[in-house]
Amino acid sequence: MSVLIFLIPIALFLGGLGIVAFLWSLGAGQFDDLTGAAERILEDEPL
Amino acid sequence: MSCCANLVDTTVAGSAADAPRNSHLEDIARSAQIDADGTAHLVVSATAINCGACVRTLERGLAALDGVQAVRVNLTLRRITLQLANAAQIGAVLDEMQRLGYPATLVDDAALGREDAEAKTLLQALAVSGFAAGNVMLLSVSVWAGAEGATRDLFHMLSAMIAVPIVGWAGQTFFRSAIAALRAGRLNMDVPIALALILSLTMSVVETARGGEEVYFDAALTLTFFLLVGRYLDRLMRARARRAVVSLGRLAARGAYRVDPEHGLEWIAVEDIQPGMVLRLAVGDRAPVNGVICNGRTTLDRALVSGESEPVAGEIGSEVEAGVLNLSGPIELRATARAEDSFLADVMKMMDVAEQGRAGCRRIADRAAALYAPVVHLLALITFAGWMIAGAGAHESLFIAISVLIITCPCALALAVPVVQVIAAARLFEAGILLKDGSGLERLAQADTVVFDKTGTLTTGIPGIRALGTLTMPDVALTLARHSSHPASRALARELNSAREVELVDIFEEAGQGIEGRLPDGRVARLGRPEWVAKIALDLPSAQASTAFAIAGERACGFALAEVLRPGAHQTIWELVADVEGVALLSGDAPHAVNKVARQLGIEAAQARLTPQAKVARIAELQADGARVVMVGDGLNDSPALAAAHVSIAPSSASDVGRMAADFVFTRPSLRAVPQAMDIARRAARLVRQNLGIAVVYNCIAIPIAVSGHVTPLVAALAMSGSSIVVVANALRLAGVKEAKTVGVQTIPEQLV
Repeated sequence: MSVLIFLIPIALFLGGLGIVAFLWSLGAGQFDDLTGAAERILEDEPL
Repeated sequence: MSCCANLVDTTVAGSAADAPRNSHLEDIARSAQIDADGTAHLVVSATAINCGACVRTLERGLAALDGVQAVRVNLTLRRITLQLANAAQIGAVLDEMQRLGYPATLVDDAALGREDAEAKTLLQALAVSGFAAGNVMLLSVSVWAGAEGATRDLFHMLSAMIAVPIVGWAGQTFFRSAIAALRAGRLNMDVPIALALILSLTMSVVETARGGEEVYFDAALTLTFFLLVGRYLDRLMRARARRAVVSLGRLAARGAYRVDPEHGLEWIAVEDIQPGMVLRLAVGDRAPVNGVICNGRTTLDRALVSGESEPVAGEIGSEVEAGVLNLSGPIELRATARAEDSFLADVMKMMDVAEQGRAGCRRIADRAAALYAPVVHLLALITFAGWMIAGAGAHESLFIAISVLIITCPCALALAVPVVQVIAAARLFEAGILLKDGSGLERLAQADTVVFDKTGTLTTGIPGIRALGTLTMPDVALTLARHSSHPASRALARELNSAREVELVDIFEEAGQGIEGRLPDGRVARLGRPEWVAKIALDLPSAQASTAFAIAGERACGFALAEVLRPGAHQTIWELVADVEGVALLSGDAPHAVNKVARQLGIEAAQARLTPQAKVARIAELQADGARVVMVGDGLNDSPALAAAHVSIAPSSASDVGRMAADFVFTRPSLRAVPQAMDIARRAARLVRQNLGIAVVYNCIAIPIAVSGHVTPLVAALAMSGSSIVVVANALRLAGVKEAKTVGVQTIPEQLV
């Protein structure tokens, strides 16, 4: 069971990484204009 | 890709070049933030943005202008964020937006900003608690799977380290709301929630310290997670609808041009207007305060103020109420009252009084909570006492009592209402109906009487025109009509849109009379007041005509303005008459106009010439008789009635005040939104009742198990998640329902009455 000493911190760290990434993207305005992002992807040239 | 053609309104350009800018543009220009180096940051709203092509058109069009450093269109919010080299460019940008077909409106959302921040905090709490719930659940699963001894204690400790701080942080919303409710001496849904969270955590921490077997960290976290889902959805729905309502734009300006004898024209805020000041009103402006015209002549649109459908002439000495729209010529207005004494302010005061009648209506969730919380708490207490008497130790009795509280924590109950309402709001949104608040949905489901306003509600508010004779040269009439912004000219231009414009010279508008032009062969053509047109014509147009057209020396053709029914009006009234107990028409317009519409649509109870007070009184009368009234109206004069009625609906063309007062705002032209909204509200109410029923059934099964001491953390986790999922799945049925079958023709063409 001593492997848990490594596995649990690793699991928590990876999960934490995910949540930090989500909170960052929320704060950076990535979710501010979802409809617009869906339309912009159809543009050939960057606007 | 291009779903929206650029319909540039050619009739807008009518005011003289030296006239002041429209006061809306001035308002927008003043909302810009200017940096120290002169860079201007501006956020404007444009409701015409609705597809990817709009984004491209606007971003390319505006970026090509001089001095535009950055432009970004937000399609979700229908907003444009601009960075300009200096503030002087703002006018050019706004003009370009107008030219592209996306008139800008002011973003006015100080209140929304705060709400957005709250929603963001909730989303963060939701994300963190979801993460924690997942991890702790996995640790719990391994305990249930058979982890023992030191491993189990380690897992419990880890769970405690994750659960305690995160529930404490993410659950703040519930703790605050519970404390506020207890301080006020009430019980709401958050009291049993907060109690269950705190007790389950405390008990689990104690158990962990003792090396016990059963801890409820996973239950506390999943509870927090599910409850936050409900809370966030609720917030999201309201924020979206409110933002949509706000972005419809303000109709009332925040300021006006003052004609100062010493300084010339000067822009002042509405609050600073004093009686006696002279204000300049450009074409398309609304009067900011009550006043008397002291210079110029024009046509005034009083539809939003009094419900009158026919535009009236405004001459020197005419009184103008705040909110009246100036249609055809620039005028100067001598203010007779300050803003807080004006008509608009009177309406607001009436609304405040009227709204108090509604305060007695309590949300269904709060009613359920008021019943539920005492029962559950009492039950836990009895369980504790019962086990003590039966001889179990204090520790075990307390453990069982707390497990009762955990298992009865109103998770399903707290999700039962918001999930249904969010889905209903999404259904309404698809139908072009904005719901401002979940309680409106509950109230609409109870409604049994529908009261309509006429002008702007049953009718489009944009007049149509009917020819009273034969029009000999429609091309010439169209050309003249396109050069004027008078409502009759606009209606004529729309009517004659199949004709072709011809070359005319010397076109000029005689204020208050009409518009005149010269054909290439030298003959004069006039479009305007019948007496003025008759001066050049061979004969007088028919007596009913309010407008006439003639070419010098030929016969005149008269026109009468006619109201155009909203699309779907017939079908709506027909459906409602069959569906609800009463349909009535309350209007401020003249009896003949009201009766014509009532007869056409088959509404029996119609009253005309009602003041705003009379409308409120009439609705109060109906409600005193036990009716639950839906008020559908748009004008300033309807606003107190909108606030007084049990529930209210306004078209998006309504006055600012009306839109703010209404619970629902419909953005499509069709009146069918009214029965549609009622249908969705009733389905939602049915689902809410079913969901509450499910929650009760769940408790009937779970409580005996808990009271008898058979609940383990595994049972609690399954029961709570299971009941929440059932409730959410039941609510999702609303999303799948097809729209009620529409009988007969859906698109009855617009009709003149």
